[in-house]
Amino acid sequence: MDFSLVFEHLYLVLMTVLFSVIVGLPLGVLAYITPSVRKIVLWAVEILQTIPALALLGLIIIALGPGKTTVIVGLVLYSLLPIVHNTYIGLESVDSGIKEAGKGMGLTQFDRLISVEIPLALPMIFTGIRIATVTTIGVAVFATSVGGGGLGSVIYKGIRTQNMELILFGTAALMIMAILFDVLMIWINNRLTKRTSN
Amino acid sequence: MSFFETYGDRLITAIQVHLFYVLTSVTIGFVVALILGILLSRIPQYAKIIMPILSIFQTIPGIVFIGILFLYLGMIPATVIIALAVYAIFPVLKNTYTGLLDVKPEYIEAAKGCGMSPLQTLFEVELPLASPSIITGLRMSTIYTVSWAVLAAMIGLGGLGEFIYIGIASNNNQLILAGAIPSAIMAIILSLLIDVLGRFIIPKGLKEVK
Repeated sequence: MDFSLVFEHLYLVLMTVLFSVIVGLPLGVLAYITPSVRKIVLWAVEILQTIPALALLGLIIIALGPGKTTVIVGLVLYSLLPIVHNTYIGLESVDSGIKEAGKGMGLTQFDRLISVEIPLALPMIFTGIRIATVTTIGVAVFATSVGGGGLGSVIYKGIRTQNMELILFGTAALMIMAILFDVLMIWINNRLTKRTSN
Repeated sequence: MSFFETYGDRLITAIQVHLFYVLTSVTIGFVVALILGILLSRIPQYAKIIMPILSIFQTIPGIVFIGILFLYLGMIPATVIIALAVYAIFPVLKNTYTGLLDVKPEYIEAAKGCGMSPLQTLFEVELPLASPSIITGLRMSTIYTVSWAVLAAMIGLGGLGEFIYIGIASNNNQLILAGAIPSAIMAIILSLLIDVLGRFIIPKGLKEVK
């Protein structure tokens, strides 16, 4: 039982979430402010989701070779959908009266976005990040097939050597990780929601 | 061209096997989920406890289901189908349950007032009103299942995953693409078909609201 694999898995997940936010948030904002590219952006992230995770990693391995970078790039592409989607929906569903008020006060579109719309859409955006995080914890088991390590290697090894204990250890670790993140992020989200509704 | 000469037949078989796994397991999963969803929506006070527990099981990666079943059942297609069906249940179950709970109580009251039995209310009022949500769940299940069916190859049971696994192991890009592209296309076509199905099933009055 090697706990360093748990941290390796955690590292893959956190890096993935970090980069998906860095890429996904601007894409969601872009979809919101420019209707002409909205369809393309939303369609593209949805198409990415239809490619099997393993195949996606297999394709990226061609370009980047085996290793953690490949895994993180693949997982980022995979977790864009909930983040981009929720950012767009969150911004879109900000009360139009409030948007008007911002306009009436002479705020530019950029100011409105930064100081009115994004803060109000934050709970929705954060929900997207939470979904992406929990999904990534599960999908990251594929990391091991492209040389990225993580808990997937325990599970694969367990299946190959017919060792039930290993499979259960890997699975339990994954489940606990997913539940902890879920609970923690729901708690943060509730606090965010309380702040925005005040 | 030579790629198709060498692998064409195997690719067609793989697509058929893959499609077979997806259709069987989604059908089984859908039926089970629909029944469970209806039952749970009748007992919301218990469902509030049961649903979060089920969603914890959803965090188990599909590979673990297949792996554990493989140890017990061995290398037979049932292993793959059961694992994928279990995985296909949750999105449909969740959407059926929330869809049914979202039906406004006044509609159910109205149905009662018209003299409908609980069963009639379910089939003629509640399920049609929940159908957009159920169809969305079915679409999600199907797309996931196409993706997870790749794992069948991990235990030597064919499908498009075979090409992907061999491709990754032997560093052969063509093989990876030969597995990835058909499965992505399959997911897209099936989700379009489900949209078409939705057009027939979702009541006319609900579409304008959407």
